[in-house]
Amino acid sequence: MMSSEFFTTWFLPGVWVTVQVTVYAAALGAAISFAIGLARGSQYWIVRFVAGAYFEVFRGMSALVLMFWMFFALPLFGWQLVPMWAGVSALGLTYGAYGSEIVRGSLAAVAPAQKEAGIALNFTRWQRLRLIELPQAWPEMVPPFNNLLIELLKGTALVSVITVADMTFAGNLLRLGTNETTPIYTLLLVLYFVLAFLITRGMRLVERRAKAGIGQQPQKTGGTTRKPGARGESLQAGSQSAGGMG
Amino acid sequence: MSWDWNVVDDFMPRFWDGVLVTLQALAIGTLIAFALGLVWALAQRSTQVWVRWPVVAVTEFIRNTPLLVQLFFLFYVVPNFGPSMSPLTTGIVGLGLHYSTYTAEVYRAGIDGVPAGQWEAATALSLSKGRTWRAVILPQAIRRVIPPLGNYVVAMLKDSPMIATIGAFDMLGEAQAFSNETFTTEALTIVGVAFIVIAYPASLLIRALERRLVR
Repeated sequence: MMSSEFFTTWFLPGVWVTVQVTVYAAALGAAISFAIGLARGSQYWIVRFVAGAYFEVFRGMSALVLMFWMFFALPLFGWQLVPMWAGVSALGLTYGAYGSEIVRGSLAAVAPAQKEAGIALNFTRWQRLRLIELPQAWPEMVPPFNNLLIELLKGTALVSVITVADMTFAGNLLRLGTNETTPIYTLLLVLYFVLAFLITRGMRLVERRAKAGIGQQPQKTGGTTRKPGARGESLQAGSQSAGGMG
Repeated sequence: MSWDWNVVDDFMPRFWDGVLVTLQALAIGTLIAFALGLVWALAQRSTQVWVRWPVVAVTEFIRNTPLLVQLFFLFYVVPNFGPSMSPLTTGIVGLGLHYSTYTAEVYRAGIDGVPAGQWEAATALSLSKGRTWRAVILPQAIRRVIPPLGNYVVAMLKDSPMIATIGAFDMLGEAQAFSNETFTTEALTIVGVAFIVIAYPASLLIRALERRLVR
């Protein structure tokens, strides 16, 4: 069986590295999702074109191949990335492309009359986005973003092949040392499942809050008061959540 | 560091070998995922709790854990209990099994998407259970199911390089071995571009299908 020593020196830090990679890649991915998702609805064709090209390229790319390329090929072009950041960038770039489709889709699903009302009120493009479109699109985004976050968590296992000491890496290391394959990989799978479960639970809280922000009833828990403008009138029926991954 | 076409020429024969392995893994993996997914979907609709429950638990577990670790599990753990398989076979089984849990969800949504009135109409016409499925439900479910299934084939293509980590010589496996031998970057770059070149037209095709089938 696994020694407790191994557990504290490799496995627990490995779990922590997996969490870190997930958080960093999710932050990068979310930033890219919104930037590219908004740019794909731009009024300037050049912006739409560049964002669309980004989407097609990184959605078509395999995350593992991209990671290998950033780790092994980039240094030969004179750009050396620490393994951790090569992994995080590859994951962020890939999942950011998937996420941009969620942002674009749920913004497109906001009823046109809502945008027209904003124009009638003489709102600027930025005000319409911030006060009308995003607050209504946000509850639509949360469930698909939850799925994407689970996909990202599973994707972080890939960083183990470019020598980032996450929990998969620790598992492989232990296999080489002990050959106790059954407990090692069973534990690994269970750990990933538990992390995915925790993410789903956390996102359910976010989802509830997002939905609460739509209706007129005041928020009872949480203590934060919402700006009146941050509330949309209603969620239009027929707006569909954007397609998931792939 | 500059691009060297001689290196590219050296790599090309091995690249095509890798493409063949990748496509093979994708084709058989797809068949497994499509067939097994249907089994999961139907079992999840079963009225017997002891059929439904374990299937839901197993598919949820597989869906929420990384394919990479599942491949390691199949490759290093399963031989302790059962047959040991070649890296490629393990990879194909792993891909098929992992994606069958996604296709099960697609089938489920497709069947649920058929309006309840269609079931009621079939009952009103006192069609048999088999006839209801064959003549009423499935023809309507299939149109909804094809585009998302196609999306998962593309997703599977992009996940297929993971089989290189257990020693299968797919596109990435060949590129990795070649790069290690020659200390060059061309092979990895070619494989990266190859994925985009295959995946992009495929996703265009799926989008066109989506427009035609799902109004």
